Amino acid sequence: MLLTEVKYLVAKEIRLELKQKYVLNGILLYLVSTIFVTYLAFENVITAETWNSLFWIILLFVAVNGISKSFNQESPARHLYYYTIASAQAVVLAKIIYNLFLMAILSVLSFVFFLLLMGNQVVNLPLFLVALVLGSLGLSSVLTMVAAIASRASHNFSLMAILSFPIVLPLLATLMKISKTALSSLEWTGLSGFIVILLTINVTVILLAYLLFPYLWRD
Amino acid sequence: MKKNWWKVLAFLLLLYAICFGFFVRIPDTMIKETMRNLFYHVGMWFGMMIMLLVGFIFSLRYLRKFDEQEDIVAVEAVNVGLLFGFLGILTGMIWANFTWGAPWVKDPKLNGAAVGMFIYLAYMILRGSIDDVHKRAKVGAVYNIFAFVLWIVFVMIMPRIAGESIHPGKTDSPVLPMHLEPSMRPLFYPAMVGWILLGVWIMQIRIRIRKLKLKIEN
Repeated sequence: MLLTEVKYLVAKEIRLELKQKYVLNGILLYLVSTIFVTYLAFENVITAETWNSLFWIILLFVAVNGISKSFNQESPARHLYYYTIASAQAVVLAKIIYNLFLMAILSVLSFVFFLLLMGNQVVNLPLFLVALVLGSLGLSSVLTMVAAIASRASHNFSLMAILSFPIVLPLLATLMKISKTALSSLEWTGLSGFIVILLTINVTVILLAYLLFPYLWRD
Repeated sequence: MKKNWWKVLAFLLLLYAICFGFFVRIPDTMIKETMRNLFYHVGMWFGMMIMLLVGFIFSLRYLRKFDEQEDIVAVEAVNVGLLFGFLGILTGMIWANFTWGAPWVKDPKLNGAAVGMFIYLAYMILRGSIDDVHKRAKVGAVYNIFAFVLWIVFVMIMPRIAGESIHPGKTDSPVLPMHLEPSMRPLFYPAMVGWILLGVWIMQIRIRIRKLKLKIEN
């Protein structure tokens, strides 16, 4: 029952996104222009460490921008309608899954543009891709929840940033640590601990979202 | 007086800690006389942790029954937690300036404290930006629970990611309660109790003020 609801809601999210293409195009342009600004600002001074920090900071900003709209795209009346036909858990899981797709696309595109403009610093590509996938999952789940919280308040753009930055830090710090290794060596040893931490954070956040979202949903 | 004995106790304990904290014999360690900060800085940190835990628990309770009283306790506990957090950071910075030569260094424990402050300042701003009382309480409670759990995760994993902390208080450090010099113990424990009681006292006064304001408004 929950799964069918989630399936339909994810399909609805995709259709909604394709209908309002300017929103998606806006995020893509934001991504490209931010990386271009970085490219102009950091010419020839890039070390592996700067590359790593810049990449994840840009991805964080792109994610905040991409996901903050999650609960503002539709009218409150429409949300009320979903409330009558679907469970709150299905709604939040569908949003997280949809945002995971979105983040996967955005993070791969960021990576491609970064390679193009800032040069390649990645030595261990499979490990870096693992970080990208787990990072997309983590960012999409934390930011979906924060977007749900921020959408209940007024003036929510800066709110989205101040609410999410401090709580996204455990995730971001672990990701940066893993990807730093991917930039310097081909070794996988000693990383299982960090990957376990990352998975634990992801599971915790999704569990909290599952338990807490129903309270945000009802008025 | 029967109900308020603990307030007198808080006052006496802190007076005792402030007076004798400067006289008690302390062991000769690397941090020398600055170790006396243990009676103040650590107490504020304990007070903050207890207050934030109270805030977390009352946010959970609010979501169970939607009783406005619970939300008032949660927000005032966080307020006092923030106050103690800032005092803790301030006393820590004075100490760090002597010990490390700089008021702030890049250290997992210091960063954990700073992130905690950011989280709870954001919580206050979130509450401020919602006008409806019930909505504010509900959204605030959800954020408080979500952020508290993630903050604890951050504090726990940071030493593994950013390298070990240079801040005192690791295993076998002389400032941990179980390794504490016997001469310091009669001062350390009362001081801790004193700070926590002071926190509860401030919280109680603030809750009372808030309730009175609510009564006047209605």
